[in-house]
Amino acid sequence: MMNLLEIIEESFGTLTLNKTRTGLAILGIVIGIGSVIALMSLGQASQKSITERIESLGSNMLTIMPGSMTQGVVRGEAGGRTTLTLDDAKAIASSDQITTIKSVSPEVSSRRQVTTASSNTNTTIQGVVPQYTSVHKVEIASGNFVTQRDVDSMTKVAVLGPTTVTDLFGENAEAVGKTIRISGQVYTVIGVTAAKGGTGFNNADDAVYVPISTAQKLLLGQNYVNSIALEAQSADMMVEAQDQVGYFLLSRHKLSDPSQADFSIMSQQDMINTISSATQTFTTLLSGIAAISLLVGGIGIMNIMLVTVTERTREIGLRKALGARKKTIVTQFLTESVILTFTGGVVGIVFGVATSFVISKVTSSGFVISISSIFLAFIVSAAIGILFGWYPAKRASDLEPIVALRYE
Amino acid sequence: MPSSAIISVKNISKIYRVTDVETLALKNVSFQVNRGEFIAIMGPSGSGKSTLMHILGALDIPSSGQYLLDGMDVSKLSDDQLADIRNQKIGFIFQAFNLLPRTSALKNVCLPMAYAGISKAQRLSSAIELLTRVGLSDRMYHTSNQLSGGQQQRVAIARSLSLNPTIILADEPTGNIATAQAEEIMAIFQKLNSEGHTVIMITHEQDIADHARRILFIRDGKLESDHPVSKRRFSKLKV
Ligand SMILES: Nc1ncnc2c1ncn2[C@@H]1O[C@H](COP(=O)(O)OP(=O)(O)OP(=O)(O)O)[C@@H](O)[C@H]1O
Ligand SMILES: [Mg+2]
Repeated sequence: MMNLLEIIEESFGTLTLNKTRTGLAILGIVIGIGSVIALMSLGQASQKSITERIESLGSNMLTIMPGSMTQGVVRGEAGGRTTLTLDDAKAIASSDQITTIKSVSPEVSSRRQVTTASSNTNTTIQGVVPQYTSVHKVEIASGNFVTQRDVDSMTKVAVLGPTTVTDLFGENAEAVGKTIRISGQVYTVIGVTAAKGGTGFNNADDAVYVPISTAQKLLLGQNYVNSIALEAQSADMMVEAQDQVGYFLLSRHKLSDPSQADFSIMSQQDMINTISSATQTFTTLLSGIAAISLLVGGIGIMNIMLVTVTERTREIGLRKALGARKKTIVTQFLTESVILTFTGGVVGIVFGVATSFVISKVTSSGFVISISSIFLAFIVSAAIGILFGWYPAKRASDLEPIVALRYE
Repeated sequence: MPSSAIISVKNISKIYRVTDVETLALKNVSFQVNRGEFIAIMGPSGSGKSTLMHILGALDIPSSGQYLLDGMDVSKLSDDQLADIRNQKIGFIFQAFNLLPRTSALKNVCLPMAYAGISKAQRLSSAIELLTRVGLSDRMYHTSNQLSGGQQQRVAIARSLSLNPTIILADEPTGNIATAQAEEIMAIFQKLNSEGHTVIMITHEQDIADHARRILFIRDGKLESDHPVSKRRFSKLKV
């Protein structure tokens, strides 16, 4: 009898003899595993970065949105976006019934073209009140933020985010005291916010903050607000605050039934849940694609294993004729498949992780590696590889040697 | 049953069935081979010689009849027992050589020894010795596809001898070989036979068959005649 070490050596020998077959089988596994890992981590990274973005907004924050809420999804029918006003915000701030809220920040926002004499940019105009900084944890790097006086007298002043400063005046330029034009109107820059980090939409660093009254009257021509952000006294008062503000607004809006509410109050957790359910769909979609690529990889492995069955059956016939026991043959072929799938598996994992890393760098999203997707991909392709390496070998070794030798 | 019979076949038949067409390749063949005999099997092409040889080599099973190898009923042996018999008791030389493709002559000769659990160093030295004996000392590292038909034949012979088997079964061992080399092969077989090995070979050529001691003649799957060689030839070559 041949010992295991020699059987393994024999397997390596056969694998190096048939380089094309070996290469193709490994390639199938690499593609199967690599793409699954890359796709899964892409999905999870985007989910994680969105969650982190929301968390960075501050954990005591509640947001009142116009429109009703159904099953965790904000339903905004046409015209239903106008139900919140500046007076609602003032009433919340001054009410004696509401004890859990520290600051109230009504907000309007819209994208506008902002220009200077030499450059221009398209950015978010945020109409704000002084409480904005406290609710959203915004720091001032230079100058001042919008004051109550600016709001009351509807002054044309602006506070810029650092990215906007760079876009309009250049890197590290002094912006305070300069003027900019928003929709043709001249505004004086009175401050610059400190960088918060972040990219894409809703980037606090790429924004122009103006008094909410100015934004409503002079820029947007609307008397409703887009949202009211609230800062609760503490994180453990969130539920109570949600209730207090909810009932207060219901009675203010003369609605008796909470199901008729023309607004919705979301805590940060609600937002995470809502957005997560959206990104979950995306991740599920990616997982679907990943599953297909795993299947394609698996079929690749299966094909290359089955294509060589004729040649291998003859080889098995010959080995049996020369005195190989069934177990020795099956062990050899099993070892071959294991070597193939493990080599392919390791290369595939490296390939998948590297691809995810590159994607995370290019999209500057987080780099997340899901151990479970690595396991899943590895186990599935290893199972396919081993099954289709082992099964034909087992079947061939059950034949009379001469029958296997004559197999076509 | 005489105890010296190493091979005893009784009423062996073999039927091949290919899509409803039945070929009766062997019909009730019976004979015995004693230890130390040297037999040539002759007969026209398609008469069933290879079929019989495969059954004798435990590579195939008869459709009916009994085959006793060294007193054991082959049909009652387990798969592993058969593997060990093919490995150690029988040296089989195929009509189509059947070497492992893309594999060196040396490795091919080593293979049965590997299955027998012989150490690597010993395998290599035995294989080198055997290949030298069949005149292939300068072709040891050639792969099967880099060798001529006759050279492959000789690698197959070297392989069959690697575990010093009691029985040597050769299906046309000289079919692809020049006369001088065929003479060499016969010298080897006669030498092995004189050392006590039982040799059975298939051949189409009378002068090759005359190196044996006994000739079985098969026609249409039937054993037509079984007689000793009257004027035996002896290879004058030294091996
Ligand atoms: N696997 C098979 N399936 C079907 N028929 C077969 C098979 N092998 C052999 N035969 C048939 O059995 C008969 C005997 O074949 P065999 O190979 O034993 O002949 P042979 O005497 O060795 O001939 P040759 O001298 O040409 O080698 C032939 O008619 C052949 O067609
Ligand atoms: Mg034949």
